[in-house]
Parts: sequence; structure tokens; C-alpha cells
Amino acid sequence: MAEQQNNVTAGYVKPAPEARGKKASIKKKKDSLVKTVFMGSIIPVLLIIIWEILCRAGVVPSNQLPAPSTIVEKIISMAQDGSLWGHVWITTYRVLVGFVIGTVAAIVLGSFVGFYKKAEQLFDPMIQAFRSIPSLAWVPLFILWLGIGETSKVTMIAVGVFFPVYLNIVSGILGVDRKLIEVGKMYGLNTLQLVKRIILPASLPSFLVGMRSGLGLGWMFVVAAELMGASQGLGFLLVFGQNMSSPETILASIILFAIIGKITDWILKLVEDRSLHWQDRLEK
Amino acid sequence: MSLALRDVSRTFNGTTAVQNVNLEVKPGEIIGLLGTSGCGKSTLLRAISGLDPEYDGEIEINGTVSKEIHDTTGFIFQEPRLLPWLSVLDNVTFGLTGSRKDKENRAIEYLESVGLRGKEKLYPRELSGGMAQRVAIARALVTSPEILLLDEPFSALDAFTKMQLQDLLLDVWKKYQSTIVLVTHDIDEATYLCDRVVILRGQPGEVEKEITIEQERPRDRGSEELAHLKSEILESLDLNKQ
Ligand SMILES: Nc1ncnc2c1ncn2[C@@H]1O[C@H](COP(=O)(O)OP(=O)(O)OP(=O)(O)O)[C@@H](O)[C@H]1O
Ligand SMILES: [Mg+2]
Repeated sequence: MAEQQNNVTAGYVKPAPEARGKKASIKKKKDSLVKTVFMGSIIPVLLIIIWEILCRAGVVPSNQLPAPSTIVEKIISMAQDGSLWGHVWITTYRVLVGFVIGTVAAIVLGSFVGFYKKAEQLFDPMIQAFRSIPSLAWVPLFILWLGIGETSKVTMIAVGVFFPVYLNIVSGILGVDRKLIEVGKMYGLNTLQLVKRIILPASLPSFLVGMRSGLGLGWMFVVAAELMGASQGLGFLLVFGQNMSSPETILASIILFAIIGKITDWILKLVEDRSLHWQDRLEK
Repeated sequence: MSLALRDVSRTFNGTTAVQNVNLEVKPGEIIGLLGTSGCGKSTLLRAISGLDPEYDGEIEINGTVSKEIHDTTGFIFQEPRLLPWLSVLDNVTFGLTGSRKDKENRAIEYLESVGLRGKEKLYPRELSGGMAQRVAIARALVTSPEILLLDEPFSALDAFTKMQLQDLLLDVWKKYQSTIVLVTHDIDEATYLCDRVVILRGQPGEVEKEITIEQERPRDRGSEELAHLKSEILESLDLNKQ
């Protein structure tokens, strides 16, 4: 964003040094990225060092809280014997499939409810009522209906993803500025064109917000699903670690959850930044 | 295209905003709508455009009475209403059809006339208020509408830019013989541009007076005749007068 602004000012004075301005601003962006990473990692690094020292000094018992180095060793050994990739892959796979199904269902129902008054009157009260049930409460029912196989896990995740995406799509569509719709009408757009050229782009920000919180919930639900019963996956590692009294396995699994969850969120964030660069947002 | 309003009234939840407006506009005529704030000028314009079909009475466009939106009508709103996800260029080409190249060439020509050449790639958030309004003006003029409705189009602009754009409007009018209805608060603007000035008054707003301006174009902004008309208009706008 800073980059664009720079271009603007360059354009005002004389167009020639535009390229130089761009380069400079990319460098500036890099610098600020390095700075954010540095600032953000001071405290975690300090804490990890203290933790390591306390463990080595024997202040905390290692069968309760293993040292960071032990956890890292655990992850490395799992990576070496190959079991790590299977766990990571199956968990990510479940989240992604559930996420796609939940999002698609939310898009279909959400646009329907957003565009048609009748559909809103029919569906929305029911969906709102379902929403007030904590989604984890469905777990036993799904297991009863679908067994503890993949289907029930993916369904649970999809249910968790569905609500935030749905709610944001509906509020995005209902919140489109009437004034912009009038502009479209003045140019003789029909309903389909209005949807494509005005309503969709205008509700995109809200949709993406919904996707990101849906993804967060997806990760939460995969833990619940895998805790219930699984023979593979990061959630299974949690249970396994507990049964084997191996805190390093539990902590390794937690850390892997954090890393993969962050990566998937970061991908969505990139998509968001790319498609919403036009937004007039407050910049810090 | 000709335009006729017959007994047009508009009531919002029991309160009448405008009442019994009658107006005949010949093809190619420029009509100015003047009146104090809240007397229903924007309301009338929205009724003519077809955006608001809830009025009473009849509006006839080119001989047919309907409440639909005509795609040969252009509307410049009181606010710019640019689409924030489109660049300046894409905003201007928004209502055009045809090949991309043609659309862009036309758009650039109009951006040039509103003084925004070289700003095609900016997004609305990067524009000043007046620049945004000029993009909106280009967006409406580029489609060369047969009926052009303008709601205080130049009020956000400085005196000099305003005069340039008034002349641009006259150029477009000369070339396409558009029928124009212009809402304005600026009496000088009305006397400079319009063939006829309609003065609305009161709440609910009613037509108080119509003043025909015969003077040939291009008019001299400083002429005595226009100054005389101005004082006449001011007098009929006077709120204290009963
Ligand atoms: N959508 C609406 N709902 C209810 N009342 C409305 C609506 N639109 C306009 N009005 C009322 O109609 C009256 C006329 O409004 P309008 O916007 O036409 O005024 P105007 O002459 O354009 O004023 P201004 O010069 O300030 O733009 C006002 O009293 C306003 O409150
Ligand atoms: Mg108004």
C-alpha cells in the first residue's frame, strides 16, 4: 500500500522517477518486515531460553515439562522415521476437505438468503437457531450417525466452517451500499450483472473475513474430531502422547498445529491482500 | 428526447416531499432546478431517472409513459459513487460496451477533458473529493446519454474547475443534443447553462416559478442580463417572502 501511495506522489511531480520510487519503497517494505519479525520474536525467544535453562537446571521435572530442545528432537526424529508426514498430511487433508465443503455450502445458502427476501424469511431464523448450538455439541450425534470414519470428521469440520462463512456472506450481501447498486441500475444492468459486477466485489471483504474465521474454526474442529477417535493425525498424537505419558509428543503436536494453522491463515491473508488492495483501510 | 412530468408528487411515509410538479422539456433543452435544501430536487430527479418508481403522477420520456429505468439516461449523483474496487479507468468504462480498446480510448478522452489524464490507474481511495467527482462526471458523459440528470454535479469543485466543466457539459450537449436536467444551488451556474430555470419552494416543494433565459450561447458570465436574472431568481427563492 505504501508502494502505491509513493507512485501517486511520483506521478504528480514527474513520471520519470517512478521506477526508482518503487524500488525504494520495496526496500522499505523489506526493512519494515525484518523489523516486525525481529520485534515480534524478542519475547518468545527469551521465554524459550529461560524455559530451556530451567529444564536443564532441573527446576521443572522433565517428565512433566520437557525442555524445548527435547521437543525439537522429538519432531526431528518423527520426521526422520517418516511418521510425522503422515500425521501432518492427514490432518491438513481433513481440514481442507471440510473447509471446502463448508465454504461451498455457505456460499450457496448464503447467496440464496442474501439475494432473496423469501429465502431469508425461510432459512435465516432456522440457521440462526442452529448457530446458537455450540458446534462441538454435534460431535456425538455425528459419530452415532456416521461412525468414527473420515466422513464424520470431515462433516464436523464442514459444520464448524459453515457458520462464520455463511454469516459473513449474508451480512456482506445485505450490507452492499444501495447507492452503488443504483449506479449499476442506471447503466441498465440486469440482476445477474448487478450480482457479478457490484454485489460480489462489494461483499468480497466480508466473505474473506468469514473464510479466515471459518478456517480457524476448522482447525479447532479437527482437534476435536481426532481426539474422538483416529489412528493417525496430529490430534491422535495428542491422545497418544497422553496415553504414553510423553509430554514431548503432546507439545510437538501442539507446535505443529500452530505452524500449519498459521501457514494456511497466511495463505488466505495473501489472497485477501491481493484481492482487496483497493480497500481504504486504516494503516498503522 | 423529450421529457414531461405531469402532476408528479412523492410522499415518504405520510410526509409529502414534492407535490404536483408539471414540466414539459423539449428535446435538447437544458433545465435548471433550483430551490432551498430539502425542497425535493433530488427526489424529483430520482423519479425521472426511474430509480424511484414510488411517485404519483406520470413521467413521459419520448412519448412513452413508464416507470422503468431508461438506459439512455445518465445520472450524475450528488456524491461521486465510484466503485472502490475499480481503477479510475475501469470506473469510467463501467457503463460502456464494445471492445476493450475502444472503451478505454473513449474513457481516456473524457478523463482528459475533466483534467485527470495520467490518473487512470489510481483507485478511488487515492482521489481527492473533487477528483472523484470529476471521474463521476466523466463516467456519465462518456456514454453520451440522451437524457442527462445532474444533481449538484459541480458543487464540490473550485470556481475555476467548475467553469471548465460547465463548458465541457455544454460541449457534450452541443455534440449529442442531450436533454439536461440540472439541480444546482449555484444561481450563476443556472443562468450560465440553462434555457429555463424552474424554482421549487416550500415543504412540500412546489413549482414556484419558471424563468426562461433567451440569451444565445456562449454566454458572457459577467453580462448585465445574467446579473438581472440572478436577482430575479434570488427574490423568488427568498424564504421570508410569503
Ligand atoms: N428515502 C427517503 N425517505 C424519507 N424521506 C426522504 C427520503 N428521501 C428524501 N426524503 C425527504 O424528502 C425531502 C426532500 O429531499 P431531497 O433529497 O429531494 O431534497 P433536496 O431538494 O435534494 O435537498 P438538497 O439541496 O439538500 O440536496 C426531505 O424532506 C427529505 O427528508
Ligand atoms: Mg439533493
